[in-house]
Amino acid sequence: MNEFLIVIHRDLTSKDATPSPEQMQASIKPFQDWIGGIAAQNKLVNPPKRWDLGGRVIKQNNTVINGPYAEIKESVGGLLLIRASDYDEAVEIAKGCPVLKWGAVVEVRMAMPTA
Amino acid sequence: MLCYLFGIEHIEQAEDIVSDTFLSATESWSLKGLPENPTGWLYTVAKNKTRNYLKRNTLFEQKLSADLNYNAPQGEEIDLDLSIKNIADSQLAMIFTVCNPCISSESQIALALNLLCGFGIQEIADAFLTSKDVIYKRVNRAKEKLKESQIKIQQPTLSEINDRLETVLTTLYLLFSEGYYSTSQNIPLRKDLCAEAMRLTQLLVENETTAKPAVNALFALMCFHASRFEARTNEQGEIILYQDQDETLWNQDLIDQGTYYLNQASIGTKLSTYHLEAGIAYWHTHKEDTPEKWENILQLYNHLLILEYSPIAALNRTFALAKTNGKQEAIREAEKLKLTDNYFYYSLLGNLYTNLDNNKALIQYEKALTLAKSSADKALLLKTISSLIDS
Repeated sequence: MNEFLIVIHRDLTSKDATPSPEQMQASIKPFQDWIGGIAAQNKLVNPPKRWDLGGRVIKQNNTVINGPYAEIKESVGGLLLIRASDYDEAVEIAKGCPVLKWGAVVEVRMAMPTA
Repeated sequence: MLCYLFGIEHIEQAEDIVSDTFLSATESWSLKGLPENPTGWLYTVAKNKTRNYLKRNTLFEQKLSADLNYNAPQGEEIDLDLSIKNIADSQLAMIFTVCNPCISSESQIALALNLLCGFGIQEIADAFLTSKDVIYKRVNRAKEKLKESQIKIQQPTLSEINDRLETVLTTLYLLFSEGYYSTSQNIPLRKDLCAEAMRLTQLLVENETTAKPAVNALFALMCFHASRFEARTNEQGEIILYQDQDETLWNQDLIDQGTYYLNQASIGTKLSTYHLEAGIAYWHTHKEDTPEKWENILQLYNHLLILEYSPIAALNRTFALAKTNGKQEAIREAEKLKLTDNYFYYSLLGNLYTNLDNNKALIQYEKALTLAKSSADKALLLKTISSLIDS
């Protein structure tokens, strides 16, 4: 088993960035069910955390910019650590992320094995 | 009580006095009949015997009385404090002693049953479906270990409570589960185990230093589970599934009590697995299938698994998923679990395939049958299989 980082990138600048309470309600359940399903397979390394929408970006010359946007408008909306045997399996799990339906991009990265 | 007074080094003397007291009781009560206050009688006789023992035993007085928790001056009569509070305190101190991390969890349970609940070695062996020899060794090794490590039986300090409470709760929950889910057919004994686990947990709930949210949550959980005890098996000791249980047999007092303690548990910011399990058990005290009920149960299982993985919770979550998101999705999720050495896994799949594809359901149930261990589980599966064939 390897550890994989699942990074959910979202466009935090669009008007959808602050969903209505109804939208929140409707999106929480699929998300909780997705995470619950990963945990039920004993493949969740760390519980997901919520991240604020403030953020700071630091650049080469030490300039610090407010906001979590590195280059393009999408930025990290969520992070989680899972266990999977290879990329195929990790990608299969990541495909279940319900935020994809609302336009998010999900990035999967394998942790380098410790020497 | 006596262990508390004597210290763990003299556990045998304490036990001797107690069994001697019961012997006297049997002799006296069979001749004169039951005294008005049997408990009081036992305590008074034990007290007298202790006094005599301490007087008689000069070695004890000279060498060891310095260890006594009650700093009674030498030669003076020792006075046993038999107030309810002191009895509760001494039992509390014993729970924390028995749950010392220096002994294994299975020994902790055996020792708790033996010292705190007064179960005999044979009874404990029956509860664990093992031999008297094994339990005898387990209990004695644990006692030796406590003596060797010179553990003092005393009121736990605040830091000890924080460090050890989790172990204590695990032990009490294991003790309860041993009674509730035990494969042993000895029904009265099973109920005793549950009752003792609840009595000891209640001690923690009633003591303000140990009445933490997790403790209240565990007690609530036990109340909810215990409320269905009578409905879970029939007169032949066969298991009755939840949906077939006669809810008039559910104990409403225990349900109310559980609700009260679950509310008590809802303070602070720390969420324990007991909170989540108690929440799930709470929803199970509502027999009617409502979308709200199963949605809550599913989300509680999601949380529970995120906090701590367990195969049983994973399987139960999938059942809740079938109730909220439909059987097709639940089957897809269940098959991802790959718990192929677990008979609950196959009986869950059997259940999910029933009425969708009865042939597949049958195959799953038959796989479950090859993995089932207890006769009660096998009987239940055979019944399900034959009703599936008839349908």
